[in-house]
Amino acid sequence: MTIDALAPVAPKRTAKAPVPPPGIPTGRRAPFPFAAIVGQEEMRQALLVAAVDPGIGGVMVFGDRGTGKSTAVRALAALLPQMPVVAGCRYGCAPDGTGGLCAECRDRAAAGPLPVAAAPVPVVDLPLGATEDRVVGALDLERALSKGEKAFEPGLLAKAHRGFLYIDEVNLLEDHLVDLLLDVAASGENVVEREGLSIRHPARFVLVGSGNPEEGELRPQLLDRFGLSVDVRTPTDLAQRVEVVKRRDAYERDPAGFTARWGREDAKLRKQVEGGRAGLSAVKVPDKALENIARLCIALGADGLRGELTLMRAARALAALEGGAKVDNGHIRRMAPAALRHRLRRNPLDEAGSGVRVERALEEVFGK
Amino acid sequence: MTDGADSGDHPWDSAARAAALFAVDPHGLGGVLLRAAPGPARDRWLGWLARLLPQGPPLRRLPVGVDDAGLLGGLDLAATLNAGRPVVSRGALAEADGGVLLLAMAERLPHGTAARLAAALDEGEVVLERDGLARRFPARVGVVALDEGIGPEERPPAALADRLAFPLDLEGLPARDPDPALPDHRAVEGARRLMPLVTADGKVAEALCAAALALGIYSLRAPLQALRAARAAAALDGRVVVLAEDASLAARLVLAPRATQVPATEDTADDPPPDPPPTGEAEEGSADPLDAPPLDDLVLAAAQAAIPAGLLALLRAGLAPKGSTSQGSRAGALQSGKGRGRPAGVRRGSPKSGLRLSVIETLRAAAPWQALRRAEAQDDRIQVRRDDFRVAKLKRRSQTTTIFVVDASGSAAFQRLAEAKGAVELLLADCYVRRDQVALLAFRAEGAELLLPPTRSLSRAKRGLAELPGGGATPLAAGIEAARLLAEGERRRGSIPGIVLLTDGKGNVARDGTKGRAKAQEDALAAAQALRGAGLPALLVDTSPFPEPAARDLAEALGAPYLALPRADAATLSTAVRAAAAAPARQAA
Repeated sequence: MTIDALAPVAPKRTAKAPVPPPGIPTGRRAPFPFAAIVGQEEMRQALLVAAVDPGIGGVMVFGDRGTGKSTAVRALAALLPQMPVVAGCRYGCAPDGTGGLCAECRDRAAAGPLPVAAAPVPVVDLPLGATEDRVVGALDLERALSKGEKAFEPGLLAKAHRGFLYIDEVNLLEDHLVDLLLDVAASGENVVEREGLSIRHPARFVLVGSGNPEEGELRPQLLDRFGLSVDVRTPTDLAQRVEVVKRRDAYERDPAGFTARWGREDAKLRKQVEGGRAGLSAVKVPDKALENIARLCIALGADGLRGELTLMRAARALAALEGGAKVDNGHIRRMAPAALRHRLRRNPLDEAGSGVRVERALEEVFGK
Repeated sequence: MTDGADSGDHPWDSAARAAALFAVDPHGLGGVLLRAAPGPARDRWLGWLARLLPQGPPLRRLPVGVDDAGLLGGLDLAATLNAGRPVVSRGALAEADGGVLLLAMAERLPHGTAARLAAALDEGEVVLERDGLARRFPARVGVVALDEGIGPEERPPAALADRLAFPLDLEGLPARDPDPALPDHRAVEGARRLMPLVTADGKVAEALCAAALALGIYSLRAPLQALRAARAAAALDGRVVVLAEDASLAARLVLAPRATQVPATEDTADDPPPDPPPTGEAEEGSADPLDAPPLDDLVLAAAQAAIPAGLLALLRAGLAPKGSTSQGSRAGALQSGKGRGRPAGVRRGSPKSGLRLSVIETLRAAAPWQALRRAEAQDDRIQVRRDDFRVAKLKRRSQTTTIFVVDASGSAAFQRLAEAKGAVELLLADCYVRRDQVALLAFRAEGAELLLPPTRSLSRAKRGLAELPGGGATPLAAGIEAARLLAEGERRRGSIPGIVLLTDGKGNVARDGTKGRAKAQEDALAAAQALRGAGLPALLVDTSPFPEPAARDLAEALGAPYLALPRADAATLSTAVRAAAAAPARQAA
């Protein structure tokens, strides 16, 4: 496997040029730079790992108010390298057909090779109050009313294909939308049967949710859907808090200037993500590592195989992100809490926290 | 504000200053949480704000029950039908861009609405993904949340409160005082222009962060807001550099009301004051260079002096409102429209007998035929036929709220309280699976206390339970009455309440607080009958070691199944309660 074959088509960006970050529509305030986030190591790591290997299956961020959950996710958009898409495809199909093709692309592919273009990896917000028609897509009202045409207007699920779908305060999302998301996330395909339209298109996305457990629990089925789950806490260290306030304040006073000052750091991270993506398939997972992962999951009684698989992929992605050639115990240790803490068969009243249990099992398996 | 000398003297001074600073930077500061009963004091403050705000986008009132269409926007039906193409109606947030939203009855604001407001406050824009429309509108608004709550539990959702820089309490301020010094709106306009130029030394941020931490304020939004407020204060004074007095003022207005602890004083020199603010003298030295230790102390002292007296007493007694994070997250995941069910798709049908027409879907159904029908009818308007009608399917999920009323008095407590707690814990785990709500009421000594308002959050439930104290007399009547009020409130919100009463039935405190078994028993039975009269389903669990007639009589008055549990363990109790609790839910469905 050559690395070039997988290299993203992102153009090299110079650090200082005030280029709008790829994932963000122009005209909006530039997002807070990812590199400028203070602390919150676990959340940053989980998001970067999900960016390297989207197959890990989503990140859920639980945390206190005002810890920058949304900031981090929005910042991620600016970090993502561009991806190849079928030129002119409304669903952002991959030219090589990974993840499936929409009906249009299938027809075009039959006629000849598909034209390729580069597009930013989408990071799509699903705001509270969104209606179902906008989420799954529906008859294009404008064209229907003015021209009498029956056309499909893709929704947010189509927009998020091959990218990220972000839901802030996911525990407040209406139940029927949650059901719908679960269904699509499981099948990787959005099937629309409404208003005489019958459309199906691929919709594979990394679900990123954030929420505050004080405002109601997440449905277990939904929580299950996330590959990684991280807890963020407000830092209590004064120096760190001062740094957060100073950077945030500097950003709010001059978003463009601040983003430009952090451009070099952000570019470094972007390169790291690109490198991680490119090198992912070359990272070896030694049998010993697989064995340790299995032992860890057994020690924890983590349900099913999904935990093992996620931890293996996450550790591999972390190794790739850091330029390692193979997965070692360090990678496993660092990813284990995020990959496993929400999979423990939990006593919902045990406040001792699943994080603590993971730590204990880690010590049991790896010593120290 | 050049007359800094008399700062803090006028009782309305803080309120006036908060109004002025907020007027300078409404969106940047997020807003004001104005706790006050409707009345002259509140009107007076709002009057000042109206005078302070420069001409332009007005103060816009937002009703508490605002729906998504009203808040975020959606399809403008009349205009759409007229124009023959989709026309967007902007919601209140987009309409108020650049201005101030006045939020009535914020303590009753549903969490969903609060989260939508919070998103707009964070991003300065509204993301509309509704009715086939995908738009973004700028919404740089400030919010004045009018909090008319009475009890400590009646508070606006924390997600909103956290984003509003100034928590203001007008309670007890004299109504007839002359107005304090207020800048006029031209000064505010000047300050707005100056605002982007105002710089603050890094030490100001450090001092504000240190003060916030010392006061036990963990959200990082508070010091950020304080920093912004300090900047606004400097701009209002016509300066481009933040001085110590600005930082002190910001600490007073933004940090002090949020305190959850009295700072630990390392040196005994300055004991925490109820004595009047040292800010007066402190500000005299404002021209001093910003030396780190003095500024830190100054800011903290200013904040500490301004901690409201009532809060201070509570903090001293270690009775702080339980941690800043849990404040106000009153009702688990309260969502709008629960009473009428939530939208769950649409179907063909005519809007009759209370069915709601789904306009957008109806239009969609009609759309493909327009060319044909227009030609046929020789009319350019949109042609909608009966066949096109679509009605919203509403799913009415019967959410139940189980209210546990626990007798924590001396007679019942010591042997049984632990068991009752165990049973409640098991039931909580059950409710977690069903996503039902639970509430916890305890009665002992002088009266009934709501330990846990209806919630779906397990962490909170668990905490409330752990804190349940025991001992004292048995105000049984008060407990039953409190349960009835809570249950009726829940029913009004569209939830199905069920009451589980755990007691030995031996009340000894009458409704009016006097001791005496006979009168207490009589009152308890009367309260029980009232509960029954209200049609509330209940279950009585007798917790006395040897079942006695008192509890049985009470169960009869309640019209409730009676469950004697001599030496039953928590698991048996849980099974029994579950069986009984299932009944009312079926009844009501």
